[in-house]
Amino acid sequence: MIAGVSTFIVLALIVILVPMAPGWEAVQKSFFNKEVFLKTFPKLLSAFWLDVLIFLWCAPLIAILGLAIALCRDVQSPVLFPLRIFGAVYTDIFRGVPVVLTVYLIGFGIPGLGLPRPYNSPYIWGSVALVLTYSAYVAEIFRSGIESVHKSQRAAASSLGLSNSDVMRYVVLPQAIRRVVPANMNMLIALQKDVALLSFIGPVEIFRQAGVFKSLLANFTPYVGAAVIFLAVTIPATRFADYLLAKQNRERS
Amino acid sequence: MSKLKIENIVKSFGDVTVLKGLDLIVEQGEMICLIGASGSGKSTLLRSINLLEPIDDGAIWLDGDDISLPGLDPQPVRQKIGIVFQSYNLFPHMSAVENVMLAPRRIHKKSREALRPEIEQLFEKFGLADRMDHYPDQLSGGQQQRVAIVRALAMKPEIMLFDEVTSALDPELVAEVLDVLRTLKAQNMTMILATHEMGFAREAADRVCILHEGEIIEEGKPEEIFSNPKHPRSQAFLKSVL
Repeated sequence: MIAGVSTFIVLALIVILVPMAPGWEAVQKSFFNKEVFLKTFPKLLSAFWLDVLIFLWCAPLIAILGLAIALCRDVQSPVLFPLRIFGAVYTDIFRGVPVVLTVYLIGFGIPGLGLPRPYNSPYIWGSVALVLTYSAYVAEIFRSGIESVHKSQRAAASSLGLSNSDVMRYVVLPQAIRRVVPANMNMLIALQKDVALLSFIGPVEIFRQAGVFKSLLANFTPYVGAAVIFLAVTIPATRFADYLLAKQNRERS
Repeated sequence: MSKLKIENIVKSFGDVTVLKGLDLIVEQGEMICLIGASGSGKSTLLRSINLLEPIDDGAIWLDGDDISLPGLDPQPVRQKIGIVFQSYNLFPHMSAVENVMLAPRRIHKKSREALRPEIEQLFEKFGLADRMDHYPDQLSGGQQQRVAIVRALAMKPEIMLFDEVTSALDPELVAEVLDVLRTLKAQNMTMILATHEMGFAREAADRVCILHEGEIIEEGKPEEIFSNPKHPRSQAFLKSVL
Protein backbone atom coordinates (compact mmCIF):
# COMPACT_ATOMS: atom_id res chain seq x y z
CA MET A 1 0.00 0.00 0.00
CA ILE A 2 2.69 2.47 1.07
CA ALA A 3 4.87 1.19 -1.75
CA GLY A 4 2.01 1.82 -4.20
CA VAL A 5 1.43 5.39 -3.06
CA SER A 6 5.14 6.16 -3.09
CA THR A 7 5.55 4.75 -6.59
CA PHE A 8 2.56 6.76 -7.80
CA ILE A 9 3.96 10.01 -6.40
CA VAL A 10 7.37 9.48 -7.96
CA LEU A 11 5.80 8.69 -11.34
CA ALA A 12 3.55 11.73 -11.12
CA LEU A 13 6.52 13.95 -10.33
CA ILE A 14 8.43 12.62 -13.33
CA VAL A 15 5.46 13.14 -15.65
CA ILE A 16 4.92 16.68 -14.38
CA LEU A 17 8.50 17.85 -13.86
CA VAL A 18 10.32 16.43 -16.90
CA PRO A 19 8.19 18.32 -19.47
CA MET A 20 8.92 21.52 -17.49
CA ALA A 21 12.61 21.29 -18.37
CA PRO A 22 13.62 24.04 -20.82
CA GLY A 23 14.81 21.64 -23.54
CA TRP A 24 11.86 19.25 -23.32
CA GLU A 25 10.18 20.35 -26.50
CA ALA A 26 13.31 19.81 -28.58
CA VAL A 27 13.97 16.47 -26.95
CA GLN A 28 10.41 15.37 -27.46
CA LYS A 29 10.58 16.29 -31.12
CA SER A 30 13.82 14.47 -31.83
CA PHE A 31 13.45 11.44 -29.54
CA PHE A 32 9.74 10.85 -29.14
CA ASN A 33 8.39 11.77 -32.55
CA LYS A 34 5.26 9.75 -33.11
CA GLU A 35 5.30 9.99 -36.90
CA VAL A 36 8.92 8.92 -37.18
CA PHE A 37 8.31 6.14 -34.71
CA LEU A 38 5.39 4.68 -36.65
CA LYS A 39 7.19 5.04 -39.95
CA THR A 40 10.44 3.36 -38.88
CA PHE A 41 9.20 0.79 -36.41
CA PRO A 42 8.26 -2.00 -38.89
CA LYS A 43 11.64 -1.75 -40.61
CA LEU A 44 13.40 -1.83 -37.25
CA LEU A 45 11.43 -4.87 -36.31
CA SER A 46 12.51 -6.73 -39.43
CA ALA A 47 16.12 -5.63 -38.85
CA PHE A 48 15.81 -7.07 -35.37
CA TRP A 49 15.20 -10.45 -36.95
CA LEU A 50 18.87 -10.44 -37.95
CA ASP A 51 19.82 -9.89 -34.30
CA VAL A 52 17.67 -12.84 -33.39
CA LEU A 53 19.32 -15.02 -36.02
CA ILE A 54 22.83 -14.09 -34.92
CA PHE A 55 21.78 -14.77 -31.34
CA LEU A 56 20.31 -18.13 -32.28
CA TRP A 57 23.44 -19.47 -33.90
CA CYS A 58 25.81 -17.96 -31.34
CA ALA A 59 24.04 -19.25 -28.22
CA PRO A 60 24.53 -23.01 -28.78
CA LEU A 61 28.13 -22.50 -29.87
CA ILE A 62 28.76 -20.49 -26.71
CA ALA A 63 27.23 -23.21 -24.56
CA ILE A 64 29.39 -25.91 -26.17
CA LEU A 65 32.63 -23.95 -26.14
CA GLY A 66 31.98 -22.61 -22.63
CA LEU A 67 31.42 -26.12 -21.31
CA ALA A 68 34.53 -27.39 -23.09
CA ILE A 69 36.67 -24.63 -21.57
CA ALA A 70 35.18 -25.28 -18.12
CA LEU A 71 36.06 -28.97 -18.45
CA CYS A 72 39.59 -28.03 -19.55
CA ARG A 73 40.00 -26.11 -16.32
CA ASP A 74 38.87 -29.10 -14.28
CA VAL A 75 41.13 -31.84 -15.69
CA GLN A 76 42.85 -33.76 -12.91
CA SER A 77 45.53 -35.62 -14.83
CA PRO A 78 49.00 -34.06 -14.62
CA VAL A 79 49.62 -35.03 -18.25
CA LEU A 80 46.80 -32.75 -19.31
CA PHE A 81 47.97 -29.82 -17.18
CA PRO A 82 48.59 -27.66 -20.30
CA LEU A 83 44.83 -27.82 -20.92
CA ARG A 84 44.22 -26.22 -17.53
CA ILE A 85 46.64 -23.42 -18.36
CA PHE A 86 44.99 -22.95 -21.73
CA GLY A 87 41.57 -22.71 -20.08
CA ALA A 88 42.79 -20.17 -17.54
CA VAL A 89 44.55 -17.99 -20.14
CA TYR A 90 41.55 -18.15 -22.44
CA THR A 91 39.06 -16.99 -19.82
CA ASP A 92 41.44 -14.28 -18.59
CA ILE A 93 41.95 -12.84 -22.06
CA PHE A 94 38.40 -12.87 -23.32
CA ARG A 95 36.88 -11.65 -20.10
CA GLY A 96 39.52 -8.95 -19.87
CA VAL A 97 38.97 -7.32 -23.27
CA PRO A 98 35.84 -5.20 -23.90
CA VAL A 99 33.44 -7.04 -26.19
CA VAL A 100 33.40 -4.20 -28.71
CA LEU A 101 37.20 -4.39 -29.00
CA THR A 102 37.11 -8.12 -29.65
CA VAL A 103 34.42 -7.55 -32.27
CA TYR A 104 36.60 -4.94 -33.96
CA LEU A 105 39.83 -6.88 -33.80
CA ILE A 106 38.37 -10.14 -35.05
CA GLY A 107 35.72 -8.65 -37.31
CA PHE A 108 38.18 -6.44 -39.17
CA GLY A 109 41.41 -8.29 -38.49
CA ILE A 110 40.69 -11.76 -39.75
CA PRO A 111 38.94 -10.85 -43.01
CA GLY A 112 41.95 -8.55 -43.49
CA LEU A 113 44.05 -11.66 -43.99
CA GLY A 114 42.60 -11.72 -47.49
CA LEU A 115 40.14 -14.56 -47.06
CA PRO A 116 38.01 -15.28 -50.13
CA ARG A 117 34.27 -14.78 -50.09
CA PRO A 118 32.17 -15.85 -48.26
CA TYR A 119 34.72 -16.56 -45.54
CA ASN A 120 35.45 -12.88 -45.01
CA SER A 121 31.87 -12.14 -43.98
CA PRO A 122 31.48 -9.90 -40.95
CA TYR A 123 28.57 -12.13 -39.94
CA ILE A 124 30.96 -15.01 -39.45
CA TRP A 125 33.76 -13.13 -37.73
CA GLY A 126 31.48 -10.91 -35.72
CA SER A 127 29.73 -14.02 -34.44
CA VAL A 128 33.09 -15.64 -33.73
CA ALA A 129 34.03 -12.63 -31.61
CA LEU A 130 30.80 -12.90 -29.62
CA VAL A 131 31.22 -16.64 -29.19
CA LEU A 132 34.80 -16.25 -27.96
CA THR A 133 33.94 -13.55 -25.45
CA TYR A 134 30.75 -15.07 -24.13
CA SER A 135 32.10 -18.59 -23.89
CA ALA A 136 34.80 -17.24 -21.56
CA TYR A 137 32.10 -15.95 -19.21
CA VAL A 138 29.92 -19.02 -19.60
CA ALA A 139 32.95 -21.24 -18.90
CA GLU A 140 33.42 -19.50 -15.56
CA ILE A 141 29.74 -20.01 -14.76
CA PHE A 142 29.96 -23.71 -15.59
CA ARG A 143 33.15 -23.98 -13.57
CA SER A 144 31.50 -22.44 -10.52
CA GLY A 145 28.66 -24.93 -10.98
CA ILE A 146 31.07 -27.85 -11.21
CA GLU A 147 32.87 -26.70 -8.08
CA SER A 148 29.59 -26.30 -6.23
CA VAL A 149 28.94 -30.05 -6.48
CA HIS A 150 30.26 -31.41 -3.20
CA LYS A 151 33.40 -33.49 -3.48
CA SER A 152 31.71 -36.31 -1.60
CA GLN A 153 29.60 -36.82 -4.74
CA ARG A 154 32.74 -37.39 -6.77
CA ALA A 155 34.15 -39.65 -4.08
CA ALA A 156 30.97 -41.73 -4.01
CA ALA A 157 30.95 -42.06 -7.79
CA SER A 158 34.66 -42.90 -8.03
CA SER A 159 34.36 -45.42 -5.23
CA LEU A 160 31.96 -47.44 -7.38
CA GLY A 161 34.72 -47.81 -9.94
CA LEU A 162 33.43 -45.26 -12.46
CA SER A 163 36.00 -43.57 -14.68
CA ASN A 164 36.72 -39.87 -14.20
CA SER A 165 34.87 -39.00 -17.38
CA ASP A 166 31.81 -41.01 -16.31
CA VAL A 167 31.89 -39.33 -12.91
CA MET A 168 31.86 -35.96 -14.62
CA ARG A 169 29.25 -36.86 -17.23
CA TYR A 170 26.73 -38.72 -15.10
CA VAL A 171 27.19 -37.35 -11.60
CA VAL A 172 28.80 -33.92 -11.57
CA LEU A 173 27.63 -32.19 -14.75
CA PRO A 174 23.90 -32.94 -14.46
CA GLN A 175 23.90 -31.35 -11.02
CA ALA A 176 26.23 -28.50 -11.98
CA ILE A 177 24.33 -27.50 -15.12
CA ARG A 178 21.01 -27.36 -13.30
CA ARG A 179 22.45 -25.06 -10.68
CA VAL A 180 23.77 -22.53 -13.17
CA VAL A 181 20.70 -22.24 -15.40
CA PRO A 182 19.66 -18.86 -13.91
CA ALA A 183 23.18 -17.43 -14.27
CA ASN A 184 23.33 -18.62 -17.87
CA MET A 185 19.92 -17.09 -18.56
CA ASN A 186 21.40 -13.75 -17.59
CA MET A 187 24.28 -14.33 -20.01
CA LEU A 188 21.75 -15.02 -22.80
CA ILE A 189 20.03 -11.73 -22.07
CA ALA A 190 23.35 -9.88 -22.16
CA LEU A 191 24.23 -11.64 -25.42
CA GLN A 192 20.95 -10.61 -27.02
CA LYS A 193 21.89 -6.99 -26.37
CA ASP A 194 25.51 -7.32 -27.39
CA VAL A 195 24.56 -8.66 -30.81
CA ALA A 196 24.00 -4.97 -31.61
CA LEU A 197 27.78 -4.48 -31.37
CA LEU A 198 28.13 -6.27 -34.69
CA SER A 199 26.70 -3.15 -36.31
CA PHE A 200 30.17 -1.63 -35.94
CA ILE A 201 31.66 -4.02 -38.48
CA GLY A 202 28.90 -4.07 -41.07
CA PRO A 203 25.75 -6.14 -40.62
CA VAL A 204 22.64 -3.98 -40.88
CA GLU A 205 20.95 -5.21 -37.76
CA ILE A 206 18.59 -3.15 -35.69
CA PHE A 207 21.08 -0.72 -34.18
CA ARG A 208 22.65 0.10 -37.55
CA GLN A 209 19.22 0.31 -39.18
CA ALA A 210 18.22 2.81 -36.52
CA GLY A 211 21.40 4.76 -37.28
CA VAL A 212 20.53 4.83 -40.97
CA PHE A 213 17.07 6.22 -40.17
CA LYS A 214 18.58 8.76 -37.80
CA SER A 215 20.81 10.13 -40.58
CA LEU A 216 18.01 10.00 -43.10
CA LEU A 217 15.36 11.71 -40.99
CA ALA A 218 17.62 13.77 -38.74
CA ASN A 219 15.73 12.32 -35.80
CA PHE A 220 16.71 10.11 -32.85
CA THR A 221 13.34 8.44 -32.44
CA PRO A 222 14.44 5.23 -34.27
CA TYR A 223 16.88 4.62 -31.43
CA VAL A 224 14.02 4.82 -28.97
CA GLY A 225 12.12 2.37 -31.19
CA ALA A 226 15.10 0.02 -31.12
CA ALA A 227 15.27 0.30 -27.33
CA VAL A 228 11.57 -0.56 -27.09
CA ILE A 229 12.13 -3.69 -29.18
CA PHE A 230 15.06 -4.79 -27.06
CA LEU A 231 13.09 -4.23 -23.87
CA ALA A 232 10.18 -6.23 -25.22
CA VAL A 233 12.53 -9.22 -25.34
CA THR A 234 14.83 -8.65 -22.40
CA ILE A 235 12.29 -7.72 -19.72
CA PRO A 236 10.29 -10.96 -19.95
CA ALA A 237 13.54 -12.90 -20.21
CA THR A 238 14.94 -11.19 -17.11
CA ARG A 239 11.76 -11.89 -15.17
CA PHE A 240 11.95 -15.51 -16.23
CA ALA A 241 15.58 -15.76 -15.06
CA ASP A 242 14.64 -14.20 -11.72
CA TYR A 243 11.79 -16.66 -11.40
CA LEU A 244 14.12 -19.60 -12.04
CA LEU A 245 16.58 -18.27 -9.48
CA ALA A 246 13.91 -17.74 -6.85
CA LYS A 247 12.56 -21.23 -7.50
CA GLN A 248 16.01 -22.72 -7.10
CA ASN A 249 16.63 -20.85 -3.86
CA ARG A 250 13.32 -22.11 -2.50
CA GLU A 251 14.22 -25.68 -3.41
CA ARG A 252 17.58 -25.47 -1.73
CA SER A 253 16.37 -24.00 1.55
CA MET B 1 46.45 -66.06 1.72
CA SER B 2 44.64 -63.28 3.50
CA LYS B 3 41.90 -61.42 1.69
CA LEU B 4 43.35 -58.05 2.59
CA LYS B 5 46.70 -57.21 4.10
CA ILE B 6 47.61 -53.73 5.18
CA GLU B 7 51.25 -53.19 5.94
CA ASN B 8 52.75 -50.23 7.73
CA ILE B 9 50.66 -47.60 5.93
CA VAL B 10 51.34 -43.92 6.52
CA LYS B 11 49.14 -41.04 5.48
CA SER B 12 49.56 -37.35 6.20
CA PHE B 13 47.44 -34.34 5.42
CA GLY B 14 49.88 -31.43 5.45
CA ASP B 15 51.61 -31.48 8.83
CA VAL B 16 49.14 -33.88 10.39
CA THR B 17 50.01 -37.56 10.21
CA VAL B 18 46.71 -39.41 10.35
CA LEU B 19 47.94 -42.98 9.87
CA LYS B 20 51.26 -43.81 11.51
CA GLY B 21 52.44 -47.11 10.14
CA LEU B 22 49.27 -49.11 10.60
CA ASP B 23 49.03 -52.87 10.05
CA LEU B 24 45.89 -54.95 9.60
CA ILE B 25 45.13 -58.35 8.18
CA VAL B 26 41.60 -59.28 7.14
CA GLU B 27 40.54 -62.82 6.30
CA GLN B 28 37.85 -63.82 3.82
CA GLY B 29 34.40 -63.51 5.40
CA GLU B 30 35.57 -61.64 8.46
CA MET B 31 33.72 -58.70 9.93
CA ILE B 32 36.07 -56.24 11.53
CA CYS B 33 34.96 -53.25 13.57
CA LEU B 34 37.27 -50.27 13.90
CA ILE B 35 36.49 -48.23 16.97
CA GLY B 36 38.16 -45.21 18.44
CA ALA B 37 37.68 -41.51 18.99
CA SER B 38 36.97 -39.11 16.13
CA GLY B 39 40.21 -38.25 14.39
CA SER B 40 41.85 -41.56 15.27
CA GLY B 41 42.17 -42.40 11.56
CA LYS B 42 39.26 -44.82 11.01
CA SER B 43 37.79 -43.00 8.02
CA THR B 44 41.15 -42.32 6.45
CA LEU B 45 42.03 -46.00 6.74
CA LEU B 46 38.84 -47.02 4.94
CA ARG B 47 39.30 -44.35 2.26
CA SER B 48 42.88 -45.53 1.72
CA ILE B 49 41.76 -49.11 1.19
CA ASN B 50 39.30 -47.92 -1.46
CA LEU B 51 42.14 -45.84 -2.97
CA LEU B 52 40.22 -42.61 -2.48
CA GLU B 53 43.21 -41.38 -0.47
CA PRO B 54 46.65 -42.24 -1.86
CA ILE B 55 48.92 -43.45 0.94
CA ASP B 56 52.35 -41.96 1.53
CA ASP B 57 54.10 -45.15 2.61
CA GLY B 58 53.42 -48.83 3.19
CA ALA B 59 51.41 -51.25 1.07
CA ILE B 60 47.91 -52.68 0.72
CA TRP B 61 47.50 -56.19 -0.66
CA LEU B 62 44.24 -57.52 -2.04
CA ASP B 63 44.32 -61.28 -2.71
CA GLY B 64 48.10 -61.03 -2.76
CA ASP B 65 48.25 -58.14 -5.25
CA ASP B 66 49.71 -54.83 -4.19
CA ILE B 67 46.93 -52.32 -4.95
CA SER B 68 48.72 -49.34 -3.49
CA LEU B 69 51.35 -49.03 -6.23
CA PRO B 70 51.45 -45.47 -7.48
CA GLY B 71 50.17 -45.14 -11.03
CA LEU B 72 47.99 -48.23 -10.76
CA ASP B 73 44.54 -47.84 -12.29
CA PRO B 74 42.22 -47.60 -9.25
CA GLN B 75 39.01 -48.48 -11.10
CA PRO B 76 39.25 -52.30 -11.14
CA VAL B 77 40.23 -52.26 -7.46
CA ARG B 78 37.31 -50.05 -6.50
CA GLN B 79 34.96 -52.40 -8.30
CA LYS B 80 36.07 -55.11 -5.89
CA ILE B 81 35.94 -52.95 -2.78
CA GLY B 82 32.65 -51.19 -2.07
CA ILE B 83 32.42 -48.32 0.37
CA VAL B 84 29.43 -46.70 2.05
CA PHE B 85 29.72 -43.31 3.68
CA GLN B 86 28.26 -41.67 6.74
CA SER B 87 26.43 -39.09 4.60
CA TYR B 88 24.96 -41.66 2.13
CA ASN B 89 26.12 -39.57 -0.87
CA LEU B 90 23.34 -40.75 -3.15
CA PHE B 91 23.19 -38.86 -6.43
CA PRO B 92 20.29 -36.46 -5.85
CA HIS B 93 19.34 -36.11 -9.53
CA MET B 94 18.68 -39.83 -9.98
CA SER B 95 16.01 -42.13 -8.61
CA ALA B 96 17.08 -44.88 -6.23
CA VAL B 97 17.14 -47.51 -8.96
CA GLU B 98 19.12 -45.23 -11.30
CA ASN B 99 21.62 -44.64 -8.50
CA VAL B 100 22.11 -48.35 -8.19
CA MET B 101 22.23 -49.09 -11.92
CA LEU B 102 24.68 -46.38 -12.94
CA ALA B 103 27.92 -48.21 -12.17
CA PRO B 104 26.87 -51.64 -13.53
CA ARG B 105 25.50 -49.99 -16.65
CA ARG B 106 28.64 -48.01 -17.35
CA ILE B 107 31.24 -50.49 -16.19
CA HIS B 108 29.71 -53.84 -17.12
CA LYS B 109 28.00 -52.28 -20.14
CA LYS B 110 24.70 -53.91 -19.28
CA SER B 111 21.34 -52.50 -20.28
CA ARG B 112 18.75 -51.39 -17.75
CA GLU B 113 16.52 -54.26 -18.84
CA ALA B 114 19.25 -56.83 -18.32
CA LEU B 115 20.05 -55.45 -14.89
CA ARG B 116 16.51 -55.00 -13.72
CA PRO B 117 15.83 -58.51 -12.30
CA GLU B 118 18.92 -58.70 -10.09
CA ILE B 119 18.60 -55.07 -8.96
CA GLU B 120 14.95 -55.62 -8.11
CA GLN B 121 15.98 -58.60 -6.05
CA LEU B 122 18.50 -56.53 -4.12
CA PHE B 123 15.90 -53.85 -3.38
CA GLU B 124 13.44 -56.48 -2.27
CA LYS B 125 15.95 -58.17 -0.05
CA PHE B 126 16.62 -54.98 1.86
CA GLY B 127 12.98 -53.97 2.13
CA LEU B 128 13.14 -51.25 -0.50
CA ALA B 129 10.99 -52.79 -3.23
CA ASP B 130 8.45 -49.95 -3.11
CA ARG B 131 11.12 -47.26 -3.02
CA MET B 132 12.93 -48.03 -6.27
CA ASP B 133 11.61 -45.07 -8.23
CA HIS B 134 11.82 -42.57 -5.39
CA TYR B 135 14.38 -39.81 -5.45
CA PRO B 136 16.82 -39.53 -2.54
CA ASP B 137 15.05 -36.50 -1.06
CA GLN B 138 11.85 -38.54 -0.87
CA LEU B 139 13.50 -41.19 1.28
CA SER B 140 14.24 -41.30 5.00
CA GLY B 141 17.84 -41.36 6.16
CA GLY B 142 17.68 -45.05 6.86
CA GLN B 143 16.24 -45.78 3.44
CA GLN B 144 18.85 -43.60 1.75
CA GLN B 145 21.60 -45.42 3.57
CA ARG B 146 20.18 -48.79 2.56
CA VAL B 147 19.99 -47.64 -1.06
CA ALA B 148 23.64 -46.56 -0.76
CA ILE B 149 24.51 -50.05 0.45
CA VAL B 150 22.53 -51.63 -2.38
CA ARG B 151 24.35 -49.32 -4.81
CA ALA B 152 27.70 -50.62 -3.60
CA LEU B 153 26.49 -54.24 -3.60
CA ALA B 154 25.26 -54.00 -7.19
CA MET B 155 28.90 -54.06 -8.30
CA LYS B 156 29.28 -57.42 -6.53
CA PRO B 157 32.25 -56.33 -4.42
CA GLU B 158 34.43 -58.80 -2.55
CA ILE B 159 34.95 -56.48 0.40
CA MET B 160 32.61 -53.88 1.82
CA LEU B 161 33.79 -50.89 3.82
CA PHE B 162 31.36 -48.99 6.04
CA ASP B 163 32.38 -45.57 7.29
CA GLU B 164 30.19 -44.76 10.30
CA VAL B 165 27.12 -45.58 8.27
CA THR B 166 24.71 -45.10 11.15
CA SER B 167 26.18 -41.93 12.64
CA ALA B 168 24.00 -39.53 10.66
CA LEU B 169 20.79 -41.45 11.35
CA ASP B 170 18.07 -40.78 13.87
CA PRO B 171 18.24 -43.42 16.62
CA GLU B 172 15.05 -45.19 15.48
CA LEU B 173 16.51 -45.66 11.98
CA VAL B 174 19.80 -47.18 13.09
CA ALA B 175 18.37 -50.66 13.55
CA GLU B 176 17.23 -51.08 9.96
CA VAL B 177 20.73 -50.35 8.69
CA LEU B 178 22.38 -52.64 11.23
CA ASP B 179 19.99 -55.38 10.09
CA VAL B 180 21.38 -55.00 6.58
CA LEU B 181 24.88 -55.45 7.93
CA ARG B 182 23.81 -58.63 9.76
CA THR B 183 22.33 -59.96 6.54
CA LEU B 184 25.61 -59.34 4.74
CA LYS B 185 27.56 -61.05 7.49
CA ALA B 186 25.27 -64.05 7.20
CA GLN B 187 26.25 -64.17 3.52
CA ASN B 188 29.89 -64.31 4.47
CA MET B 189 30.75 -60.89 3.07
CA THR B 190 34.16 -59.58 4.10
CA MET B 191 33.49 -56.30 5.89
CA ILE B 192 35.37 -53.55 7.66
CA LEU B 193 33.30 -51.08 9.66
CA ALA B 194 34.28 -47.86 11.33
CA THR B 195 31.59 -47.51 13.95
CA HIS B 196 30.46 -45.95 17.18
CA GLU B 197 27.82 -48.65 17.71
CA MET B 198 29.60 -50.49 20.51
CA GLY B 199 26.70 -52.82 21.16
CA PHE B 200 26.67 -53.91 17.53
CA ALA B 201 30.46 -54.32 17.41
CA ARG B 202 30.32 -56.49 20.49
CA GLU B 203 27.52 -58.64 19.12
CA ALA B 204 28.46 -58.99 15.45
CA ALA B 205 32.18 -58.38 14.91
CA ASP B 206 34.64 -61.21 14.51
CA ARG B 207 37.41 -58.88 15.56
CA VAL B 208 37.53 -55.40 17.05
CA CYS B 209 40.42 -52.99 16.50
CA ILE B 210 40.88 -49.92 18.65
CA LEU B 211 42.51 -47.04 16.82
CA HIS B 212 44.30 -44.25 18.58
CA GLU B 213 46.15 -41.44 16.80
CA GLY B 214 46.67 -43.39 13.60
CA GLU B 215 47.67 -46.72 15.08
CA ILE B 216 45.86 -49.89 16.10
CA ILE B 217 46.67 -50.03 19.78
CA GLU B 218 44.72 -53.16 20.51
CA GLU B 219 42.81 -55.81 18.61
CA GLY B 220 41.09 -59.04 19.43
CA LYS B 221 37.78 -60.82 19.89
CA PRO B 222 35.05 -58.41 20.93
CA GLU B 223 34.42 -60.08 24.28
CA GLU B 224 38.12 -59.75 25.23
CA ILE B 225 38.39 -56.17 24.05
CA PHE B 226 35.22 -54.98 25.70
CA SER B 227 35.50 -56.83 28.99
CA ASN B 228 39.24 -56.80 29.47
CA PRO B 229 41.07 -54.11 27.48
CA LYS B 230 44.80 -54.15 28.09
CA HIS B 231 46.08 -50.86 26.73
CA PRO B 232 45.47 -47.89 29.06
CA ARG B 233 44.23 -45.82 26.10
CA SER B 234 41.72 -48.53 25.21
CA GLN B 235 40.55 -48.63 28.79
CA ALA B 236 40.10 -44.86 28.82
CA PHE B 237 38.28 -44.87 25.48
CA LEU B 238 35.92 -47.71 26.32
CA LYS B 239 35.20 -46.18 29.69
CA SER B 240 34.18 -42.94 27.98
CA VAL B 241 31.78 -44.61 25.53
CA LEU B 242 30.27 -47.52 27.42
